[in-house]
Amino acid sequence: MPKAKIDKVLLLKVAENARLNLSEKEVQKFLPQLKDVLDFFSKLDKLDVSREQPSFQPIPLKNVFREDKAEKCLSVEEALGNTSHKKDSYFKGPRVV
Amino acid sequence: MPTLSAQKFVSQVQSGSISVSEHTHKIVEEIEKKNPEFNHFNFFDKSFVLAQAEALEKEIKKGRKGKLLGVPVSVKDCVCVKGIPATSSSKILSGYRPVFDATVIRKAKEEGAIILGKTVQDEFGFGTFSTNVGNGKIPLNPLDKQRSCGGSSGGAAGFAALTNFTHLAIAESTGGSIAAPASFCGVSSITPTYGLVSRYGLLDYANSLDKIGSIGKTIHDSALLLDAISGKDAKDSTSLDAQGLKISKPEKIKIGVPKELVDSIRNEKIKKIVAKKISGAEAKGFSVQEISLPLNTGYGVAVYYLIAMSEASTNLAKYCGMRYGLEKKLEGNFNEYFSSVRSEGFGEEAKRRILIGTFARMSGFRDAYYLKAMKARTKLIKEFKTVFSKVDLLAFPAMPIVAPKFSEIEKLTPLENYSMDLCTVPANLCGMPHATINAGPVDSMPAGLMVMGNHLEDSKVASFASFLEALK
Repeated sequence: MPKAKIDKVLLLKVAENARLNLSEKEVQKFLPQLKDVLDFFSKLDKLDVSREQPSFQPIPLKNVFREDKAEKCLSVEEALGNTSHKKDSYFKGPRVV
Repeated sequence: MPTLSAQKFVSQVQSGSISVSEHTHKIVEEIEKKNPEFNHFNFFDKSFVLAQAEALEKEIKKGRKGKLLGVPVSVKDCVCVKGIPATSSSKILSGYRPVFDATVIRKAKEEGAIILGKTVQDEFGFGTFSTNVGNGKIPLNPLDKQRSCGGSSGGAAGFAALTNFTHLAIAESTGGSIAAPASFCGVSSITPTYGLVSRYGLLDYANSLDKIGSIGKTIHDSALLLDAISGKDAKDSTSLDAQGLKISKPEKIKIGVPKELVDSIRNEKIKKIVAKKISGAEAKGFSVQEISLPLNTGYGVAVYYLIAMSEASTNLAKYCGMRYGLEKKLEGNFNEYFSSVRSEGFGEEAKRRILIGTFARMSGFRDAYYLKAMKARTKLIKEFKTVFSKVDLLAFPAMPIVAPKFSEIEKLTPLENYSMDLCTVPANLCGMPHATINAGPVDSMPAGLMVMGNHLEDSKVASFASFLEALK
């Protein structure tokens, strides 16, 4: 495993990537826990996997197709039914810039 | 009076000797009375349930049939049921009501099931004790209210143990979330081969690990439900075109007991009571031998959590306060808005797993962590395949402990928490079917026994587990 320095700067960078705002209390709590868990993962260093292919599924799958047939899909009302942020049949989101 | 098995219940409903409406009223009364005390359901609406029973009763009079005719089925909160809340016990999904049924729900309804409501779980399945619950209402073990139901399908197993009426529970497992609560509550469970049951309509935790399964009072009950909901589904490309589940009298097969895994359990009483049950099978002519699984025992938990957290962090990226679930006033730019909603909506364990998973997938770390774990999984699957060329099934304790007290859980660090999944993780990581039964009491609480088999040997697993369950 790469020996990354797990410090507050790195934790806040990870949190930013994950779109999470961490309070100072959360930083103090998560930082040692993150170190512990990553240390635990480093036990995999002892396992030689150089000849293995990754198993992205437990059971290998190949060429999974389905019929290319049009089916009934959600109505606009159904799709918008779970939010109050909508306008003129569209979802309304926060400003982009 | 012992609870009527689901199979007998269905046949009596069919013959007219049980009224679906009367039975449903009784179980509804029980939930109304006991749920405020035990917190097994986080959504329950009496009128929603009784309306189904009334409609079904009319159809039965016209000749309606079904494998689950009139059986009340509870649904883990991460499985979508049209029109009623689905939150995965997370605040981030508060208010979300799916506009469609998950495939398992569609199938259960087609077989005549009555959907009871949604059962409490750890948020998105993140936990072994059902203590990570968004609204703070933690399900209590009906055998001892000071203790956990287990997790993450805690409400499902808790209610299966509590109720005196015929009932089946749709549960879900990523790393042991069916086996752990079933063991802690003394009920039976089946977690199928990955892909045997469609995941369409399941709120994902980790796509390559999630499996919908069943919990009931017995293996026969659990098998009835699993058989009804399994099968290939065009809406889930990972679902398998395989046979359903049938329990039969098991042949005199070879049973393996994994040495390293059993040795790593410290509770001697659990080991003893599980070994006694396995000896009972040996006395009946089954061959039992010790086998070795050093890689799965030594690396399983680390590989599992690396994959699970990486996949969880991507799955949870879609929850951002738009389209459904928790929302706030649209303020700030999109990054500020998304971060604000996510920081408020996710609980502590969810944040922890998102952070670790995001780190493991970051540029410069992805190959060393995530890809290595995926390759390690190949190696662990190969180890199982080698073992299953020598024995037919494995049998071992399902959990290294009995249901802990909440006061004990509070003292565990996250890493100690994750290590509790030692016995359940290998089967889940490798997508292999497993069933759990109550092996007997240890310090007045049930100890679980797990039977595990090779891919698609679900019927063999369930048949042997059912045989063990019947052994006195």
